[in-house]
Amino acid sequence: MMENEAVVDVMKAIVFRLKNEEYGVEIEQVKSIERLENITRVPKTPPFVKGVINLRGVVTPIIDLSTRFNLPETEYTDETRVIIVNVGEIEVGLIVDAANDVIDIPMNNIEPPPEVVGGVKAEYLRGVAKIDKRLLILLNLNKVLSIEELHQLEQIEG
Amino acid sequence: MEMNQYLDMFIEESREHLQAINDNLLLLENDTENVDIVNDVFRSAHTLKGMSATMGFEDMSSLTHQMENVLDLVRNHQLKLNSEIMDVIFQCVDVLESMVEDIVEGGDGKADVSELVKKLQAILAGDFDGTKGSSATDGPVEQKNESSSESAANNVSATGSYLSLDEFAITVIKQSLDSGHRVYYIKTVVEEECLLKSARAYMVFNNLEQIGEIIKSEPSVQELEDENFEQEFEVIFITDKNKEEVEKSVMSVSEIESVQIEEMDHDAVLAGQKEAAAASAQSVAETSQKQDSNDRVDTRKEQDKKAVAAKKVVTGKTIRVGIERLDVLMNLFSELVIDRGRLESIARRSGNHDLMDTVEHMSRISGDLQNIILNMRMVPIEQVFNRFPRMIRDLAKELNKKVDLQISGADTELDRTVIDEIGDPLVHLLRNAIDHGLESTEERIKAGKSEEGVVELKAYHSGNHVFIEITDDGKGIDRDKILNKAIEKGVVKTEEASGLSDKQVYDLLFASGFSTAEKVSDISGRGVGLDVVKTKIESLGGVVSVDSTAGQGTIFQIQLPLTLSIISAMLVTVEDETYAVPLSSIIETAVYKKDEIMHAHHQEVIDFRGKVVPLLSLKNIFEVPDSAVKQEKDEISAVIVRKGDKMAALVVDSFIGQQEIVLKSLGKYLVNVFAISGATILGDGQVALIIDCNALIK
Repeated sequence: MMENEAVVDVMKAIVFRLKNEEYGVEIEQVKSIERLENITRVPKTPPFVKGVINLRGVVTPIIDLSTRFNLPETEYTDETRVIIVNVGEIEVGLIVDAANDVIDIPMNNIEPPPEVVGGVKAEYLRGVAKIDKRLLILLNLNKVLSIEELHQLEQIEG
Repeated sequence: MEMNQYLDMFIEESREHLQAINDNLLLLENDTENVDIVNDVFRSAHTLKGMSATMGFEDMSSLTHQMENVLDLVRNHQLKLNSEIMDVIFQCVDVLESMVEDIVEGGDGKADVSELVKKLQAILAGDFDGTKGSSATDGPVEQKNESSSESAANNVSATGSYLSLDEFAITVIKQSLDSGHRVYYIKTVVEEECLLKSARAYMVFNNLEQIGEIIKSEPSVQELEDENFEQEFEVIFITDKNKEEVEKSVMSVSEIESVQIEEMDHDAVLAGQKEAAAASAQSVAETSQKQDSNDRVDTRKEQDKKAVAAKKVVTGKTIRVGIERLDVLMNLFSELVIDRGRLESIARRSGNHDLMDTVEHMSRISGDLQNIILNMRMVPIEQVFNRFPRMIRDLAKELNKKVDLQISGADTELDRTVIDEIGDPLVHLLRNAIDHGLESTEERIKAGKSEEGVVELKAYHSGNHVFIEITDDGKGIDRDKILNKAIEKGVVKTEEASGLSDKQVYDLLFASGFSTAEKVSDISGRGVGLDVVKTKIESLGGVVSVDSTAGQGTIFQIQLPLTLSIISAMLVTVEDETYAVPLSSIIETAVYKKDEIMHAHHQEVIDFRGKVVPLLSLKNIFEVPDSAVKQEKDEISAVIVRKGDKMAALVVDSFIGQQEIVLKSLGKYLVNVFAISGATILGDGQVALIIDCNALIK
């Protein structure tokens, strides 16, 4: 029985919310989900870098995903979460409006992204998945967190 | 074969031998006739060959094998060393080093050695015709065989007395001989300075057991295991391999000085048999067979035990601990330091004397602990210095200069993190000293100096710092040349130039975009100048300075902190934010009245001990948002910081106090943040940023 299910490749994803859209990141890239508290601002960094936090003894940078994608800023609420992700050697926390679900996405449900989804450019996306009636936008964290991008953005700011 | 446990040993020893070869080759270069040195190099190469063959690194062993052949000719006066041959040998050492490093990185140590092997063979063939060349190739092996068979011949009669065989052994030997196996008496001599004799014995046993059966050993296996033997051990060995193969197998273990192998026949055994009690051949045979199988089991067990024993020997004196583990310990301890800070403030607030006493005691102990942990991370700078003699030799050759490199204080210890980083700046400064510092040989002779230039590399402790000095006895820094260059490059203005002190002029060398070399050589002046050195050293929390006397030489001095992990800092607040300023860059803290602030060139300045010091507002620099509570003050608080001779006054809102803080990086994502060198975690769990004063002072 188990074998039959395993035939279809699935991707486990953490589902979070930004504005009214639902997004997903691969569970392998997620280290933990934290509540938002005590951010220390780091001066002279792009606006989406909110600062650093003390994550159990490790100083971890925090990024506001809404600002990163040029979406309108949202108020931080009790639901606001920080998703700690690992991409290569980089460990960063992402501020999201809510993180509430883990789901299995069958690989054949994932479609390439259209140009712009929910205001986010296609280059930051891995694809779009349709599950039942939900539309899930899958992020390409390698691109979102690329250091080159950070430097380019810094120069634009500067 | 369980070789992994010996891999560490192999790497360590290979490095030692390669270093020894390098050192000896350098000596040899000045004294090409010295056969003793050739012998030393030969022995190291030979050991390397054996070790690498045992460990299965074939490219390495084939290269060392050819090296050995060349060296063998040299030591037998059949080949005269010249600089071409030396260069090829040096190249071999380079390749070998890179192979070892590859193995360290987890690679298979493979490399294309065919080119070098060809060169070595060309050397072999060059001075000899083809046949002689090939016979020379086989030379060492043959010689060894001769000598071993000679000594074996001398020992034939002695065998019986060396090893007293019991009746079981004799029967086994007899039966083996009858069934066409060969029986050898093998006497192995371990090198005198060998540290892990029992491990070597184990490796010999291990190798032998792969091609045959050891039926008797003297001293006993137990004694070998306990290192209860001098330099030699003897075994009786049954196999169907020939003598050469057996010898090869034993000699492939490193640090074996010699091996004597002697084939035993019925007659030789008879000598021993006389001593044995007369017993029924049949029954003996049966028991001995049992004994034989028991032996096999025993040997295996004993092998395991021996492996443990070998390890025990290592742990007796020192323990090797992975660097990662020390890092983990350091991190855990940092957590403790943070909690200590927290406890101290709680105790102070509570006013409970028992609590305060206990906390104070704990602080003292953790202070001691801190010292011990920091000391564990200290390593001698030797490992950085070691590679310089070789580098200088190549460089001197390239530039056609004669250089005497004098190293002192190589045992000075520094934090491992600093050691890892300090190599490149030192290489740069040394190259600089030889390329720019020392004159050409002709110039030196003209100036009445000795042909050979002296470059001194010195390390020493002083207070909380380690100093490294690089001194050359060259022409010194040409003040005018630097000034001209600096003006040309726009680093200083013409009108300022004359007013600069010598020291200030020399410091221009470190200005970015400055390079005094008139012709761009391969050695230095490849677009990056001393400013890179300066940046690197400052990132390590150090300072670099230069001084010079015309015609007599130049000295570069590097000052480094003993450790980088925990530093003393002054915590300050700006509006609602807390920042840490490293104590090493603070001169003092001061409070000024508003009317003491003066203006010069649209810059607020203050008078600090007769010097005009610019006022820098951290609030403006760091764009700190306003605090909710606004208070007007008629005084300003400032931290006076310095960078070399320059100073600045950082305006803050208040001083929290001095504290030991643990340096943490901002992670891989946020790199090169302006004027922030890292972060630390405060007693309340909040992160505070550490200010990089060097970036604020221009």
